[in-house]
Amino acid sequence: MSMTSTSNLAASKDAEGEGREFLAFTLGSEEYGIDIHKVQEIRGYEQVTRIANAPAFIKGVINLRGIIIPVVDMRIKFKLGTPVYDQFTVVIILNIGGRVMGMVVDSVSDVTTLSADEIKPAPEMGDTGASFNAEFLMGLGIVGERMLILIDIDRLMSSSEMGLTEKIAA
Amino acid sequence: MAKTILAVDDSSSLRQMVAFSLKAAGYQVVEAVDGQDGFDKAKLQAVDLVLTDQNMPRMDGLALIKLLRGLPAYQKTPILMLTTESSDEMKSKGRAAGANGWLVKPFDPQRLIEVVKKVIG
Amino acid sequence: MSIDISQFFKVFFDEAEELLAEMEKLLLAVDVAAPDAEDLNAIFRTAHSVKGGASTFGLNDMSEVTHILESLLDRIRRGEMALTAVHVDAFLAAKDILKMQLDGHRNGAAVDQDAVANVRMMLQELSADVAPMPPVQPAPAFVQTEVRASFAAGGRRFKIELPVVEQQDINALAAELGLLGRISVTPIDASRHALILTTHESLDDIIAICSFVLDPDELKIFEAPALTPEQRAIEDAARAAVEAELGYGFFDPLEPDEVTQEAVELSDDERGYGFFQPIEQIRAAAESVATAPASIAMPVAVRPEALDVSEVAAEKKAAARKDDKPAAGSDAGSIRVSIEKVDQLINLIGELVITQAMIEQRSDNLDPMLHQRLLGSISQLTRNTRDLQEAVMSIRMMPMDFVFSRFPRMVRDLAAKLGKKVDFITNGAATELDKGLIERIVDPLTHLVRNSIDHGIEMPATRIAAGKSESGRLFLSAAHQGGNIIIEVADDGGGLNRERILDKARQNGLAVSDSMTDADVWQLIFAPGFSTAETVTDVSGRGVGMDVVKRNIAAMGGTVDIRSARGFGTTISISLPLTLAILDGMSIRCGDEVYILPLGFVVESLQPASEDVKDIANRGRVVKVRGEYLPLVAMHQLFDIVPKFTAPSEGIIVILEVDGRKAALFIDELVGQQQVVVKNLESNYRKVSGISGATILGDGGVSLILDVPALLRATRMDEPALT
Repeated sequence: MSMTSTSNLAASKDAEGEGREFLAFTLGSEEYGIDIHKVQEIRGYEQVTRIANAPAFIKGVINLRGIIIPVVDMRIKFKLGTPVYDQFTVVIILNIGGRVMGMVVDSVSDVTTLSADEIKPAPEMGDTGASFNAEFLMGLGIVGERMLILIDIDRLMSSSEMGLTEKIAA
Repeated sequence: MAKTILAVDDSSSLRQMVAFSLKAAGYQVVEAVDGQDGFDKAKLQAVDLVLTDQNMPRMDGLALIKLLRGLPAYQKTPILMLTTESSDEMKSKGRAAGANGWLVKPFDPQRLIEVVKKVIG
Repeated sequence: MSIDISQFFKVFFDEAEELLAEMEKLLLAVDVAAPDAEDLNAIFRTAHSVKGGASTFGLNDMSEVTHILESLLDRIRRGEMALTAVHVDAFLAAKDILKMQLDGHRNGAAVDQDAVANVRMMLQELSADVAPMPPVQPAPAFVQTEVRASFAAGGRRFKIELPVVEQQDINALAAELGLLGRISVTPIDASRHALILTTHESLDDIIAICSFVLDPDELKIFEAPALTPEQRAIEDAARAAVEAELGYGFFDPLEPDEVTQEAVELSDDERGYGFFQPIEQIRAAAESVATAPASIAMPVAVRPEALDVSEVAAEKKAAARKDDKPAAGSDAGSIRVSIEKVDQLINLIGELVITQAMIEQRSDNLDPMLHQRLLGSISQLTRNTRDLQEAVMSIRMMPMDFVFSRFPRMVRDLAAKLGKKVDFITNGAATELDKGLIERIVDPLTHLVRNSIDHGIEMPATRIAAGKSESGRLFLSAAHQGGNIIIEVADDGGGLNRERILDKARQNGLAVSDSMTDADVWQLIFAPGFSTAETVTDVSGRGVGMDVVKRNIAAMGGTVDIRSARGFGTTISISLPLTLAILDGMSIRCGDEVYILPLGFVVESLQPASEDVKDIANRGRVVKVRGEYLPLVAMHQLFDIVPKFTAPSEGIIVILEVDGRKAALFIDELVGQQQVVVKNLESNYRKVSGISGATILGDGGVSLILDVPALLRATRMDEPALT
């Protein structure tokens, strides 16, 4: 579980000044970005088996080439956009420290490389318009007209808020 | 044609290291995990040199050397003991059993290859 | 050409770990009063092998400890020193230290150097008790940590010039630095000395250590290139007190071309190898062997008198011993395979089973007359797949000994700590269980064993007063029974206290009555937060309670039962299914969702008459089946599904039975019966209550497998079925 704080990304990895690659996707009217290294693949939304009594944003589980993984809908969890499930719906398959899970988003845009100075610190809550708890934000990526809200997907998916992992008893 | 060496040692890590080093130097290597295994393998295929550890389960190095010398094909084959000490006792026992020499452990791969080259080229 | 031997480190780490485990096992089993010679030899060999490898791979801290250990063991096995319980304890402590050091090298785990120093001292004291010249007394002027040169793994050489200091400070410093590598002392001038240290450690560490004894500003530290063996021989020869063993040498008079000039007259001992005849002779003999491979297998008169009688006896004995343990980590008849590969294989077989089931399903419609040959082949395919499946599953089967072997040490230490005497007896260590389950059963079993020793078995005085033997008995057994494995933890201690359990249950607000059967009362201890121990000891009352034990076992598809009798003892019985991954299931539908019921729990299914379904106020519904009233659970209510039918008489009820208790599950319809491959949810998600796993259907979709025991428990306790 990564413990990067919300402080400036530039302080962390790129000593060489090389850019980091982010997968950009949309939820509602905003564009978001996550570290491309956490992304395993991208699929359509199909054949999700519901899990009873799970929170609404956990849609259920799917079969990913023989392994069973949960699928969460970020639009429901963070109340962004309207959850629609059709042939255009995209599920981003993430691999976070060996755990695989799917995340439903509105659409995937592209892979963008951001250099250290293209990343600004995330402002205090409210400004971005997102309902994300600020602790999950890594910063804002500004490229020309675009603003990508950069999410620490590792931290988010491992958090108790998402409820994807079992708390270890004693 | 490449010469073949029989390496007998119950320690996997050491045996693998020896095999790797000798193969890198161009030899063929047959591995055995203890004296009995070494004896069985020696009977299947005549080798050009035998390297054997001393302390092993089932059959130790000295016993192996004595048995090998009893085989016609191994009367003259060079046999070197891999030993952890160079005491007089070891030397006399080894000589009596029929070994041709010894190499003290731990040795580094260069030393091993150097010694082997001296003996079988 | 230089060869990087670090690639063999991992092999050595695994090997060393096995050797240390073997050492411990032998030490625990050895009879101190009359030790078996072969056992002593075997223990010696484990230490010897660890030392050999540690030296070769430059793990000086380990080879240091093992060196002393090995010397002691050598003296003991030769009969020069008697083995006592004190020795065994010290050796076990040494094994712990070595394991710690090994983990330090392997994973970077922290190594408690004080503990290391203590153990070394303990071993040295034992050495000093007997021999006139203990093998590893630090020489007065300096300490040499490695008697043999181990330049195999490199290292850096530092020269530390000391200011004018007392000899004892030099010794102290040399002793400290000696722990880092190979050290020697040489004089710089009439009043000052320098320490030469060859080590892997960093300069910072060296300075840090020096600053304990001296002001670092007064030191001058130079780095020098590592010595070649020849140079080191000269350096060593200059230190008269210590014999240098470095590289190579010849036994017989050296051949003229081997004598390297003047002062560098290296003996065999200094060079680390030698020959018994002139090398030319050996080579000449070797060449003459080139022909005649044919007569290898016929041993010419193996001159029996040449063999030592004692060696033959030892060999015979060694051969007669059950060859159950393969030589130090490697066995001519087996290979190491990574767990990932095996799991992948199992997954692929699982896929194959699904595909084969699909083929079978689709061929159901075919006319048997027209397609006789095809159907015949499909049957054959089914048989082949099933055989393949069993064969592959058996790869992951491991003997329970893997679990059992952890306990002797723990039992011994724990009993000693609590002042109790415990005999530990195992049965059925060869019984096999799937590796995944073996790993998961360790924690629950550990907890149960600790409980038995802590709360079950009484203090020796109490036992004697009760007319029992002074030593309590702890049994651990495993056996196959039908499609399950039964693992039992039994003790002949005081048994469970019924009254205390009932009291505690009442305190915790559980609904209990005095008329409950013993079996039901024992099950109460699995309730969360339950502990009747008066003092929560560090040992077993850590909050990892019996409820977690039961949960863990249930998560493996197993059940736990308790039998106990006051004054006689307690037996805890765990039943686990043998093959986790493949299940015979009944697929059922409710609404538009399909779930799987493990066939083992299904008794029958029927459509009830409406008059047989009754509502009991505040307790839910029951259904009358063959004269008995069973609790009725509606699937659509449990899982919040919109069903096709809301009246049981329009749908189907499936009668389920767990441990003699029955319930009826109301569903829309039966879909079919099939073998399913069980996948777990916990790998990528979490445990879902009421669900024991998932499977992939023929159409690629996922179907959840119902946790029938959980369902039944929910119907009994009057609690909400699933949280």
